[in-house]
Amino acid sequence: MGFFERLRKGLEKTRKSFFDGIKQLLKAGRIDEETLQELEELLIAADVGHQTTTWIIEKLKQERDDPVVSLKKILVELLEADTTLNLTGSPSVISVVGVNGSGKTTTVAKLASQFQAMGKSVVMAAADTFRAAAIEQLKVWGERINCTVIAHGEGADPAAVAYDAVNHAKSKSKDIVIIDTAGRLHTKKNLMEELRKIHRVVAKLVDGAPHEVLLVIDATTGQNGLVQARIFKEMVNVTGLVITKLDGTAKGGVALAIKHELSLPIKFIGVGESVEDLKPFDANQFVEALLS
Amino acid sequence: MFETLQEKLLKIFKTITGQGRLTEKNINEAVRQVKLSLLEADVNYKVVKEFIEKVKQKALGEEVLKSFTPDQQFIKIVRDELINIMGRANAPLELKHYPSVIMLVGLQGSGKTTTAGKLALHLRKQGRSPMLVSADTYRPAAIEQLEKLGKSINIPVFSGDRKDAIQIVKGAMKAAQELRCNVLVLDTAGRLHIDDEMMKELEDIKALTNPDEILMVIDAMVGQDAVNSAVEFDRRLSLTGFIVTKLDGDARGGVILSINYVTGKPVKFIGVGEKLDALEPFYPDRIASRILGMGDVLSLIEKAEKELDREKMEATARKLLQAQFTLEDFREQLREVKKLGPLSSVFEMLPGAPKIDVDASEKELKKIEAIINSMTPEERRNPRILNASRKLRIAKGSGTTVQDVNKLLKSYEQMRELMQRFKHGKLKLPFGL
Repeated sequence: MGFFERLRKGLEKTRKSFFDGIKQLLKAGRIDEETLQELEELLIAADVGHQTTTWIIEKLKQERDDPVVSLKKILVELLEADTTLNLTGSPSVISVVGVNGSGKTTTVAKLASQFQAMGKSVVMAAADTFRAAAIEQLKVWGERINCTVIAHGEGADPAAVAYDAVNHAKSKSKDIVIIDTAGRLHTKKNLMEELRKIHRVVAKLVDGAPHEVLLVIDATTGQNGLVQARIFKEMVNVTGLVITKLDGTAKGGVALAIKHELSLPIKFIGVGESVEDLKPFDANQFVEALLS
Repeated sequence: MFETLQEKLLKIFKTITGQGRLTEKNINEAVRQVKLSLLEADVNYKVVKEFIEKVKQKALGEEVLKSFTPDQQFIKIVRDELINIMGRANAPLELKHYPSVIMLVGLQGSGKTTTAGKLALHLRKQGRSPMLVSADTYRPAAIEQLEKLGKSINIPVFSGDRKDAIQIVKGAMKAAQELRCNVLVLDTAGRLHIDDEMMKELEDIKALTNPDEILMVIDAMVGQDAVNSAVEFDRRLSLTGFIVTKLDGDARGGVILSINYVTGKPVKFIGVGEKLDALEPFYPDRIASRILGMGDVLSLIEKAEKELDREKMEATARKLLQAQFTLEDFREQLREVKKLGPLSSVFEMLPGAPKIDVDASEKELKKIEAIINSMTPEERRNPRILNASRKLRIAKGSGTTVQDVNKLLKSYEQMRELMQRFKHGKLKLPFGL
């Protein structure tokens, strides 16, 4: 068997489920050094990252119970958090931020649709005025889910769009404004400043706005996700994460690292293209999915 | 780029400095740390494992070359092996047909549409006449996005009935003939590699267009799962290569090593910005240091060895110790250092280099050289003869002030004095050396 074949075969097996392996390992009921090493590898393969993996393993070593149960317990404890959104503003303002291509616009539309289903009135702000046709993308969603979209032209000041959207919501007594911001790499200083400006502007209109700042992270993201979360948190006070694209083979393990190192909770997960596929985060379910 | 990682590696490699030969024992810790560093860069863990094994075999028993310290030698082995896998040269596009089709595929959000625009612009700059085709009938406004991009660079965009990808592609092949476009850049919808139906659509488009290039677009920030999607896309479509996007961020791009390793297919381009001209041909050797998370020490060493005139440097050192060091020698040294390139680029290559104001230092050096240049040869050899009127002349000639001239003379004097003291044994080197 050629080298590439072998590796390919190996990966084929991995793809089935990283955590199948863990379960197999731990079912034996005893944790020896070799098992721990394999476990370390499996967590790394799920993008949990070296530091958090080491932390998990150290904790597991101290447990006396059945290893599967212990591991579940450790992971659930790590991830568990209050996932309710702060919707106390009138209107409540939710800003959706993240790097390019993480799935912000889709998340904004799905959130809006779900709020509407709960009987809330929603305005979406097309504050991604940079990417070609991002505004149209949100407008198409607006028509699909029958939701107001406030938009200016391409290249307009995103803070002005957010300002208008919040003002519109105020005058029409709408409950929630969701701001779709342009994708930006956390390393671009000016773009991060632009984001702060959007938040400053809405803060002037509504007390405590933005009430939620959701950072959207693609489940396929590796260790850079931790860097993204750290800088977005520092710059714009992120309140929670949305992990998208969990319907692929990626496990989104970097969320564990983000929770462990930055205490940022996951609030929603995306598991498919349709509106219902954005789900409130449930630590038990998430861990169950990881381990099944 | 990011000093912390560079510093970390430097520290690791310090552990094997000062030993003559690389052994199992002295490289173990370094190997472990390189492994962690690669994992941190999101290189797939299986690839890391095999890679590290290879490096170990190569490093063991290796004699440390005279020109390197052991740490440098170890880094060199690691880096050479990285480049070995990724290939040394850039893999260019191979366009054979008329019209030629380039198909872009990948997961959602990897940057296909933007890359399509960039690629079309790149092709036109190469003298071809490209046409953009949008076969993304799924994502809302994806077609509008490509149309806008095309318009901004004045390249035709074909989107047919905007409903059926297969029909759009068919129409595009015809339209290309009519518009005399010789290369079609095909933007497809983002899809998951496990979505059988959607993958089938790509196979159909491939069968219909017989593309010269099928390039998978991959986000540089992707983690361990990258190999799964890359292997699957390759299995179903026989990719010809990859384009890795968003490398303008601080992701270390370990994915480049992984996908190369598991598919054997080259990365052909990298995306380094949001603007449409931010697409570059990929050169593997330039990314190796980034994946390792360190500055380009080796390039600096290689450069220094090539550029610096060893004899001149040695002569200067001799003079220094004999306190015969004149301002002429000083200028000579400045010129040698300058051969390495602007200070800013020298510092970039150094891991853990102190964060000094490079611009200011550079200005300072320029000033010093100007001052020395404005002196007569006699003044350079014997600065003691510099009186007030000479100093004023030099200041005027070099566009500086008398204070600047005095400052230079003072530091020169201090240096000479220090050397004198070494020479006369007033200052002892520590430990009786």
